Amino acid sequence: MSDTINTAWEKVKLARHPKRPTAHQIIKSLFPDFLELHGDRLYSDDQSITGGIGTLGGVVMTVIAEEKGGSTDEKIKHNFGMPHPEGYRKALRLMKQAEKFNRPILCIIDTPGAYPGIGAEERGQASAIATNLKEMMGLKTPIIVVVLSEGGSGGALAIGVGDYIMMLENSIYAILSPEGYASIIYKDSQKADLAASLMKLTAEDLLSFDVIDQIIPEHEGLHLDPDFGIEQLKNAVIEQTKRLIKRSSSALLQARYEKFRRMGVYLEQGEHDE
Amino acid sequence: MNDFINERKAKLEDFKKNVRKKSTNYQPVDIPDGVFIKCDQCGAAIFEKTLETNHQICPYCDFHFRMGASKRLALTIDEGSFVELNQHLSSVNPLSMPEYEDKLAIGKKLTNMEEAFLSGTAKIVKIPVAIGILDSNFMMGSMGSVVGEKVTRLIEYATEHKLPLIIFSASGGARMQEGILSLMQMAKTSAALHRFDQKKLLYISVMTNPTTGGVAASFASLGDINIAEHSSLIGFAGARVIKQTIRQELPEGFQTDQFQLQHGMVDMVVHRKDMRKTLFKLLQLHQGGAH
Repeated sequence: MSDTINTAWEKVKLARHPKRPTAHQIIKSLFPDFLELHGDRLYSDDQSITGGIGTLGGVVMTVIAEEKGGSTDEKIKHNFGMPHPEGYRKALRLMKQAEKFNRPILCIIDTPGAYPGIGAEERGQASAIATNLKEMMGLKTPIIVVVLSEGGSGGALAIGVGDYIMMLENSIYAILSPEGYASIIYKDSQKADLAASLMKLTAEDLLSFDVIDQIIPEHEGLHLDPDFGIEQLKNAVIEQTKRLIKRSSSALLQARYEKFRRMGVYLEQGEHDE
Repeated sequence: MNDFINERKAKLEDFKKNVRKKSTNYQPVDIPDGVFIKCDQCGAAIFEKTLETNHQICPYCDFHFRMGASKRLALTIDEGSFVELNQHLSSVNPLSMPEYEDKLAIGKKLTNMEEAFLSGTAKIVKIPVAIGILDSNFMMGSMGSVVGEKVTRLIEYATEHKLPLIIFSASGGARMQEGILSLMQMAKTSAALHRFDQKKLLYISVMTNPTTGGVAASFASLGDINIAEHSSLIGFAGARVIKQTIRQELPEGFQTDQFQLQHGMVDMVVHRKDMRKTLFKLLQLHQGGAH
């Protein structure tokens, strides 16, 4: 048990390591010609989600990325990677644009969760997330999703519906932060390490549940050797893009539907059991 | 010293206000045998039978008490028209979470249901519908694999049989005990609604008390018509989490049905006594609308 605690909690700490590259560094490495596009056309430009266009492996792609920020100033500017509804609406606007121009989409997830605040509620956080979940299911262009560091709850999933889902080796993806989970289960947020071990939030856990398709190895970890992991990620994105752009849109949507349709574990008894 | 006196004064005022508030509006005449229930909103003691005959609504302040799925069903549909679907789905413990089985057992006992979602086909003033109801007495109506699967199957059934769909939500959100699998039910149910949409069919989402978290952020917010039931808490993040994050008090009326109406998230707020009538009207207005 203590081994499990260590492994899971170590991953949480690595995922949040201050030297771990954020989405902007990934974008810079993968898309040297990246051009940022701003705004949701409704309310504002949410800096916790970066969107734009860039070329990778000869293919022009739309990139949607949750950005936490590195320095303290950046963290504040990007609201610690916690989007407001306008962030999700900007993401959807740009993804629909990607569909229009036949551009595959790369979504980079890195958020503790959608921002819990008064303005976020007033402007419909629930509605914004729900709309993305539904609309992404119908986008007639390939969507590749990668969890870079932290995939927190609905705020992550809101840009996480896609055809191929990857996680970096030291990233986590969960229904809630381990701290939040601990405060619910143990009524004590200090027991986050214990909660982390129960939550099954590592890349290996999620692969075993078929929630993700691939783990991107990091070697020593992105905080020590970013180049290795980023190169691996780059190759994987190129490979999957090549594979997915060959598919017809109806085959793509059918497979995307079935992928999520399968998720869940339950027991079903036959009618005769009653 | 002045501060101290002022503080005591304020406390006394508060006390007087609260006591007065509780003692108006009703007159306890003779006390019949039976259980009294205290109203969460006005504090009045209500005779249980009165609450029962008044659709679980406080007769003094109109506060709507939470209502279980079977009562809700009976109040909504034509008598005897319900045919249940997928009642044999039950939850397992995929993450081996401690105490999860116990919580499921309590939920089953409290609701007499296998899981938190009751679904099937029924008629509302003779109009056939697919209907689903979350029961907040079953683990706060939280959505794990079974609820997600049953909601999805209901949507798929309605899509296939071209039925209007009505879902009553009452949920604290995604079910923590099933971790990431619960989260994915948000995507699964929303995906099914995408397909339902393509067939140009009607989905009425009724958000009742409470509709929050992962349920609010998936199928509950995606109705063609979103209805909030009177006196419901509706929102994404929990009030406690928001308070901790922003470190200030929340405004009065935050995340209520009226709040959602004012901010454009729901089409209407409907009193429980008018719900069936309203649903019928909406169904009627959408009949013959599809080509």
